[in-house]
Amino acid sequence: MTAQEERRGRASRRAVVPWYPGRGHPTSEGPAAGLSPGGTSEGALVRPYTLTRGRVRPSAAGPRLDLITIVVAARDRRERPLEPECRAILELCRRPISVAEVSARLDIPLTVVRVLLGDLLADGDIRTRAATPVSRLPEKKVLQAVLDGIRRL
Amino acid sequence: MASADSETRPGETEAIPQAVKIIIAGGFGAGKTTMVASVSEITPLSTEEVMTEASYGIDDLGGVEDKTTTTVALDFGRITVNPDVVLYLFGTPGQDRFWFMWDELAEGALGAVILADTRRLETCFHAVDFFERRGVPFAVAVNRFEGAEDYDTEEVRRALDVDAAVPIVLADARDRASCRDVLVALVTHVIRGRSPALSG
Ligand SMILES: Nc1nc2c(ncn2[C@@H]2O[C@H](COP(=O)(O)OP(=O)(O)O)[C@@H](O)[C@H]2O)c(=O)[nH]1
Ligand SMILES: [Mg+2]
Repeated sequence: MTAQEERRGRASRRAVVPWYPGRGHPTSEGPAAGLSPGGTSEGALVRPYTLTRGRVRPSAAGPRLDLITIVVAARDRRERPLEPECRAILELCRRPISVAEVSARLDIPLTVVRVLLGDLLADGDIRTRAATPVSRLPEKKVLQAVLDGIRRL
Repeated sequence: MASADSETRPGETEAIPQAVKIIIAGGFGAGKTTMVASVSEITPLSTEEVMTEASYGIDDLGGVEDKTTTTVALDFGRITVNPDVVLYLFGTPGQDRFWFMWDELAEGALGAVILADTRRLETCFHAVDFFERRGVPFAVAVNRFEGAEDYDTEEVRRALDVDAAVPIVLADARDRASCRDVLVALVTHVIRGRSPALSG
C-alpha cells in the first residue's frame, strides 16, 4: 500500500471504534499492572505511603487539591515538629506554588503530596486560593489575560 | 518597595494567583514535550502519579506492596501571564493505557492543543474524540516532520472530521513563535465560543 492509499484508507476518524460510556477510552487497557511486587520502584513507593499512613486521599473536609491548585505557606503558622517532607513542602510554599509543582520539585508522587498538603491545610500551615468548583471554567477576564500573556511570548 | 512582608500579609487571599491550564495532547513523539519546553518559562517539570486499585474507590493503601500500581509521568511547564494569573501547560501521557489520567487533566481545562503528526495522523483521533466528548475546546497543530507527506490544513480537517470553527494551524513545536501562534489561535477560539456556550 502506498502512503497515499494508506492515508485515504485509514485517515478517517469516524472509522475508528466508537466510544462507549464509562471512564477512559474504548482502547484503554485501564491502569494496567505496572510495578509488580518486588519491582524496582517498590521501595520508593512504600516510604511515601508510610508518610501518609496509608491514605491515598486528602481529608474530605478540606478543599479539593487539583493539579493546579495554588498553595502558599501561612505566615502565622505554629512551630512544631514535622516530617522532613512536610518541612520541605513548607519551604517551597514560601511563594505561591501549584500542587503539581510541589510534587515535581520534591519528587513525591502527586497522590502523596495531596494528602500531605491536606494535612498542612487542616493544621493551618498553608492556605490555598478560595476553592472554585472544579468544573467551573475560567472567567472571561482571565481568558483575556491569558491571551494577552501568550501574545507576549 | 520589595519588603519581605509584601507577599505574606495575613488575610491577603488575593495575593494567591489563579492558575489555569491548557492540555497538550497528541500521539507518542508528536512533539508534546517539545512544545511545552518551547513556551515554558521554567525547565519543564515532570510529576508522577501513582495509580493503584485505590484509584477505583479503595481509600486505604496500608498494604501497598500487595497491590498493583502503575506510575504515570506528566510533563508540564508554566507561563506567568501576569501577577494574578498563571498558565500551566500539561502534556498528556503518551500511552493508551493512561487514558484514566486524561479525565483529571481535562477537568477545568481552558482548552487543549492536539498535535497532529502527519506521519501518523490516526494517532490523534482518540484525542479528538475525547475532547469533543468532554466539551473541551481544542485547536489542532499540524506538526510537519521531515519526510512526512504534505497535508494542508483543510485535508487535516477532513481527515479528523472536526468542526469548521476548530482552528487548524501548521506548526513547528520546536519554534517558540510558532507555538505562540497555536496558543493564540486556541485561546481566541475559546473566548469566541464562550458566550453562546453559557446559555446552552
Ligand atoms: N521536525 C520536527 N521535529 C519535531 C517537532 N517537534 C518535536 N520534534 C522532534 O520529535 C521528537 C519527539 O518529540 P517529543 O516532544 O519528545 O514528543 P512527545 O512524545 O509528544 O512528547 C524530538 O526529537 C523532537 O525534537 C517539529 O515540530 N518538527
Ligand atoms: Mg513527551
